[in-house]
Amino acid sequence: MTNWIIWLLPLPPLLAFFAIILFTNKNKPLSNGIAVAAAGLSWLGSMVVFIKAVGTEEFGLHVFESVINWLPTGETWLQIGVRIDPLSAVVLFFVAWTVLAIFVYSIGYHNFGQPKGDHDLAGLPPHGATVTEDGHTHIVPSIEPMYARFFAFISLFAFGMFTLVVSNNLLTLFVGWEIMGLCSYLLIGFWFGKETARDAAIKAFMTTRVGDVFMLLGIAFVYSFTGSLSYKDIFQPKMLQALAGTPAFFGLSAAGIIGLLLFIGTVGKSAQWPLHVWLPDAMEGPTPVSAMIHAATMVSAGVYMAIRIYPLLSLDAHTMTVVAFIGSFTALFAATIAVAQNDIKKVLAYSTISQLGFMIAALGVHAYIAAAFHLVTHAFFKALLFLDSGSVIHGMEHGVLQTGEHVDPQDMFSMGGLRKKMPITFWTFLIGGLALSGFPVLTAGFWSKDAIFAEAFAGGHLLVFIVLAVAAFLTAFYTMRQITLTFLGEGRTKAAEHASETTWTMTLPLVVLAVFAVGIGWVGMPAWFTGGLVPDWFHEFVGGTLAQAPEAVAFNWIPVATSLVVALGGLLCGWLVYRNVSVPTEDHLQIPLLKNKYYFDEIYAFLFVRPAGWIAEKFTSIYMDQIVIDGFLHSLARFSLFLGHAFRNYFDKPVINEFIGDGTGRTIKASGSGLRKIQAGRVQYYMVVSIVILVVFAFIYYFLKLGM
Amino acid sequence: MSIPLAWYLVLAAALFCIGLYGVLSRKNAIAILLCIELMLNAVNINLVAFWRYQNPAQMAGQAFAVIVFAVAAAEVAVGLALIISVYRRRKTVVADEINLMKW
Amino acid sequence: MTAEQIIFLLFAALVLVSALMVVIVRNLLHAALWLVVSLFGVAVLYAILQANFLAVVQVVVYIGAIAILFIFAVMLTRREAMEKGRQTRNNWWIPAMLGLLILTGLVVLIFNFPNVEQTAAALPVGLDTLQALGTALVSPDAYVLPFEVASVLMLAALVGAVYVATVDKK
Repeated sequence: MTNWIIWLLPLPPLLAFFAIILFTNKNKPLSNGIAVAAAGLSWLGSMVVFIKAVGTEEFGLHVFESVINWLPTGETWLQIGVRIDPLSAVVLFFVAWTVLAIFVYSIGYHNFGQPKGDHDLAGLPPHGATVTEDGHTHIVPSIEPMYARFFAFISLFAFGMFTLVVSNNLLTLFVGWEIMGLCSYLLIGFWFGKETARDAAIKAFMTTRVGDVFMLLGIAFVYSFTGSLSYKDIFQPKMLQALAGTPAFFGLSAAGIIGLLLFIGTVGKSAQWPLHVWLPDAMEGPTPVSAMIHAATMVSAGVYMAIRIYPLLSLDAHTMTVVAFIGSFTALFAATIAVAQNDIKKVLAYSTISQLGFMIAALGVHAYIAAAFHLVTHAFFKALLFLDSGSVIHGMEHGVLQTGEHVDPQDMFSMGGLRKKMPITFWTFLIGGLALSGFPVLTAGFWSKDAIFAEAFAGGHLLVFIVLAVAAFLTAFYTMRQITLTFLGEGRTKAAEHASETTWTMTLPLVVLAVFAVGIGWVGMPAWFTGGLVPDWFHEFVGGTLAQAPEAVAFNWIPVATSLVVALGGLLCGWLVYRNVSVPTEDHLQIPLLKNKYYFDEIYAFLFVRPAGWIAEKFTSIYMDQIVIDGFLHSLARFSLFLGHAFRNYFDKPVINEFIGDGTGRTIKASGSGLRKIQAGRVQYYMVVSIVILVVFAFIYYFLKLGM
Repeated sequence: MSIPLAWYLVLAAALFCIGLYGVLSRKNAIAILLCIELMLNAVNINLVAFWRYQNPAQMAGQAFAVIVFAVAAAEVAVGLALIISVYRRRKTVVADEINLMKW
Repeated sequence: MTAEQIIFLLFAALVLVSALMVVIVRNLLHAALWLVVSLFGVAVLYAILQANFLAVVQVVVYIGAIAILFIFAVMLTRREAMEKGRQTRNNWWIPAMLGLLILTGLVVLIFNFPNVEQTAAALPVGLDTLQALGTALVSPDAYVLPFEVASVLMLAALVGAVYVATVDKK
């Protein structure tokens, strides 16, 4: 029974996608109803599965698995199927909740129920509609023109994510992966009228593609080595031993190479350095998109896969080093950029990159449980933060429309004092921000970050520990900066003063997610804190996924103290510095290097984009295609034409026409003219001829005796 | 009879060839008919000579000579009638001028 | 050389010479008359060959009828201008050569014929050539059929000649 539910989990969003695209595109309420209902169904199924999973004793040994034979491959079958083990059960949990929350949020975000805009075009964000009430005209936010399409896309995306989570093999995981990549492209470029959005969509797709190519190579390698793609077969101890023992390229074992290749997929999908450039630009999409795809689910999918292949990764020390390096480097790198960003969503984007770096660094130092834990908590509070920022932007837009002021509703420096205007948003944002910073005890982020620090320190990876600590400090710092600039103080623009709270469809998901942001951490509290009263459920549950459950780390006060110091210290510093800053010029951290993201976009443009463009436009298009290939074809054509002419003029006309055609005619005519003189009509002439012939024959017959 | 057969035969042959020459070379159509008569006479001489020298009891030679006479007469009659008819139309008896039946 | 042979040679020469004159002379009437001479010679030859009846028939039919017919025809178709100038065609030498060639060929053939030098045997005693000829011409197991056919031919020729030569009276 449970297996049936698991199989059917991805189905409702897929059906919703087709229904909306094919049938209900024009009907906005029906479309969002179908989408939310589908998300709700999947959520329901996920909860049922999760509860069943949690209720099963020793779930790690009694996973829910169901396979079918799919592709015949010679003697055997390539099997695909679904599998819910402890890891995917918790991932399923947060995916279901965040997806449902975001679906509900999207209804309000796209201004359901508002009038159509004055001059809204499909492909551009809505600009507002003029409404006349009691003789008093004012502009209100207008409904999104492509409303139904949005829900179709996010339904398709949800389908992809669910497929990825429930799959038991790398193939269907990759299928879900790619579907999400496609939806990411579609959704980032949702407002396709904006050129920036179009470019961002292509950038996202291309960058993740780079990662995906390597991942596909890794999958191929896995298949060719092990003959199977399902987790059960790959992660069998004997298979792992064989993988570890076989040397492959570059001095790494087979396990190392495979792990590295698959990890590069994660680097692309989860926006780690060096493939991080797409995530900030992806903020061009609507905020629910940013929340769902680029905070809670898609980028989490990258980390999920990395955690999934941990048994493989951990076999090779070199690969683990690479993983740890990239994770920690990215965490610090992104955090430094985030402190200099002014756009509210960009800060959160870099924050996401940084936090993902935390998770991957955790994985790199063998902190399996900590990485998974941070994945879960981050999904909740980052989704919360993004949805909150969307709410803020909505409130600002409302203010902009009312006052007619031309400010960027996303620029933090034009906000301020919003805590009074948008209380629910403020409190939920505060909770989310504190969770992100790792505020002790009360927020989920504290427990997961602390777990990472503890494991890093205990494992002796001091460099990673220090880097992550600095990054955590910066995280708290820029989060407080963000909160201070946005909510605290007084409104810096008239639009900020006229901002108002958003509708319940937007604030309800915020509240729900805030509850999780606070509470989810308590399921993973380490034993030393509670003194054994509250078991570390998360550790036990998720630990069962691995063949050998990792041990809980013993208490050490250094990581705990570090995490407390960096969290609280960062928050304090942020508040202190920014409570008096009101314009960007007063902000001393607006260093050009940081503001321009270390010029990585420019570097990549120079190294990759321009040469690619040159190759496409100059080399292949003009040199190869027009000059070489077209030239060749044209010369073939000219040659054929020449041959044709030659044949016509030198063979057809003179030989066939003249010689054979006309020539025959002329010869016959001439010979006829000549021969007709024989028939002269003169009798004696005839007689002479006949007697001559008679004589000749007589001669032959009688005298030469021929014919005798 | 002391004349060898050969003499008659040679005579007939010579007469025939003279007639042939005349047929082929005279312009006037009536002259052509005249020469045809010479040829027929040569034939007759041949027939009779052979009759006399081979087997006089069998009358084949003479009988056929008689037939040849008849045929010659008929032919002359018809031929001259034709020539006169043509003469009436075309006012000419020159054989070369009677050449309407060319191509 | 017996007397017979001399007579033969004389009349043979007459025949040939007059035949030659027939084909040479310009005046058509003269040619017809020379033909008459030639025919007379042939009649004599028939007499020498002891084909008496044929000799008489030759004179009567050929000379008396055919030659006269020729003279009539010549007279009927006479035109002043026609008998001046050459009477032979331009390329008369082709028929001449042809004639000589055929003559040579025939002579060669004649002298290859068996028993050609022999002289004639005497007529069988009691053979009445005239009666025998008459019987041969009407006897069913002899030559009555060619005889009858010849008569039909004559009839046809008669009808045809009359028809062809009739002037249409409009």
